[in-house]
Amino acid sequence: MLEVAAINKHYGARQVLTDVNFTIGDGRMTGFVGANGSGKTTTMRIILGVLAADSGQVLLDGIPLTAEVRRRFGYMPEERGLYPKMRVQEQLVYLARLHGVPPKAAADNADALLERLGLTERARDLVESLSLGNQQRAQIAAALVHDPEFLVLDEPFSGLDPIAVETVLGVLRDYAAGGAPVLFSSHQLDLVERLCDDLVIIADGSIRAAGPSQLLRDEHSTPRFELHANSDVGWLRQVSGVNVLEFDGSWAQFEAESESVSQAVLREALERGSVTSFGRDRPSLATIFKEVIQ
Amino acid sequence: MSILSQHTATARRQRTEYQAPTFAQSVWLVSNREITARLRSKAFLISTGILLLLTIASVIVAGIVSANPPLTKVAVLDSTSEVVEATGVLEAVSASGVAEAEEMVRDGTVSAAVVPATGADSVLDVRVIALDSVPTSVLGALSVIPDVTVLEPAAQPEVLIYFVAIGFGLVFFLSAMTFGTTIAQSVVEEKQTRVVEILMSAIPVRALMAGKVVGNTIMAFAQITLIGVLVSASMAVTGQHVLLTDIGGPIIWFIVFFTFGFVLIAALYAATASMVSRQEDVGSVTAPVMMLVMIPYFLVIFFNNNPLVLAIMSYVPFSAPVGMPMRMFLGTAEWWEPLLSLAILLVTTWGVVVLGSRIYSNSLLRMGGRVKFTEALSARSGS
Repeated sequence: MLEVAAINKHYGARQVLTDVNFTIGDGRMTGFVGANGSGKTTTMRIILGVLAADSGQVLLDGIPLTAEVRRRFGYMPEERGLYPKMRVQEQLVYLARLHGVPPKAAADNADALLERLGLTERARDLVESLSLGNQQRAQIAAALVHDPEFLVLDEPFSGLDPIAVETVLGVLRDYAAGGAPVLFSSHQLDLVERLCDDLVIIADGSIRAAGPSQLLRDEHSTPRFELHANSDVGWLRQVSGVNVLEFDGSWAQFEAESESVSQAVLREALERGSVTSFGRDRPSLATIFKEVIQ
Repeated sequence: MSILSQHTATARRQRTEYQAPTFAQSVWLVSNREITARLRSKAFLISTGILLLLTIASVIVAGIVSANPPLTKVAVLDSTSEVVEATGVLEAVSASGVAEAEEMVRDGTVSAAVVPATGADSVLDVRVIALDSVPTSVLGALSVIPDVTVLEPAAQPEVLIYFVAIGFGLVFFLSAMTFGTTIAQSVVEEKQTRVVEILMSAIPVRALMAGKVVGNTIMAFAQITLIGVLVSASMAVTGQHVLLTDIGGPIIWFIVFFTFGFVLIAALYAATASMVSRQEDVGSVTAPVMMLVMIPYFLVIFFNNNPLVLAIMSYVPFSAPVGMPMRMFLGTAEWWEPLLSLAILLVTTWGVVVLGSRIYSNSLLRMGGRVKFTEALSARSGS
């Protein structure tokens, strides 16, 4: 588990991070969401040790991070870049070697990743000759080539076409499934919603919400329910403790006074016929995001 | 088996734990990349090839010129030919009479004519006819010279001193410029392409800078040594053994001084270049460093005869690589002087490297405009 504890950071007179606290669990995909300039990149750079914090620390399993431990981290910066005049495979091997991977293992890792990302045929090409999407894939390979214990990705999906997004998603999921904590930021909230186990929402340099995304959504959900049955649900209006908000034949949206009222509604609906769907109206991440950053 | 399927199969704690490379290993990896990148650049290989060819050519040409100094042709009559041939430095061309001799002077066949004296009060028996000015070389050859005692003979002829000065100055200037600019461009390339952020997350910033300095210093050292070897070999082949004995020692000292002096210059180039983010700005920000490289070149060309200027140059760290070997060639340096100067150079280099790495690490993450010098020195935070 990686823990970011009470990090503060300022540039000149401007305070960019104020008491930033959150944790990233092993094997969890953690989404880091915030508006431009809210402090995401600065936080990530501090975790990676590229920048120094004014105060606070970053702990891995309770032990403050050292440069040695950080070398086993993988990082994909928001500002993408590899050496333009170096061959793709060579570049990956070089980066792996800088992280301490022995030459043979470095070459094997690079080849495996290139294959997984569909870049094997481009392995001997210069980076500058690749298309933008392929450069992006090479960049992801660069973050993974030393088999990192912890992965930090700043906007890994920006600039990727939908097929590439799926490829990258698959690679990241595998990674987290292997037990490595993964932290990534993204503006594409729908992707974050699909992908993340945990969420961290930052605004103006302080954490506004953090935790498992299911929990966050429960916390921000209203007592609204949706019922979809195969027959008319007009009877709902007569149930006490229920306030029907919208109604359209076999579909209705309503507010229930309590959890037991909503369960009573479901039982009644099942007695009257079959139910296609029933559920709490969960807010989308975009809605939660707008709510918490205000 | 792909590494990715390994991930799914094993938990984090069982994953291969790679040993982080030591500082020295990191420096070595970075310097290796620098050297490989340089050796793959066609522009670099071609310019080095040209430089080496010019070096050989200049030594060979100098050898040919000094081996066969052309004799000045002089028209003579039968009565004066004996006087002219006795000088040994004039080539006599016979003329039938004064008129023909004059004609040969006019059409440029000869530089002057030596004919019998006509005036009764003439001190010598001969008269010299020239076209438009007094032919000093001919007069010098014909003059009667008193016995001369030189109290402190110069170790080397003046022309040779001048050429050796240009040689040291030019090689220093070209090599320092070539590899200094290379290092500056490589720093900015990493900043411009943002690959620097990945590098910084992998290895200490000081290792990155040290790797660049070491890599380029190795290249510069190799180039200078190659030039030294080629000069020595060409001299041996063209039979200039005397010169080779005189200049062999200074060349070796030049290589030693240059190697450490280049570390200093390289650190300055790396530090200044890190303050900008675009290749277009490299020229202007590194201009002061380039001046430091050019000054020794001009000084040694203009003042190679001025012992005071040379003495100062031989101790100032920037010009010592040119100044000290020059003084050793002239034989004006005591045996301990190169050692003292080298010590000064080493201390200065150490100081500049410390200062430079501070500027470098403070400036690396600052994109966009040029980082102010004071900020680069003091600020502990990037943006």
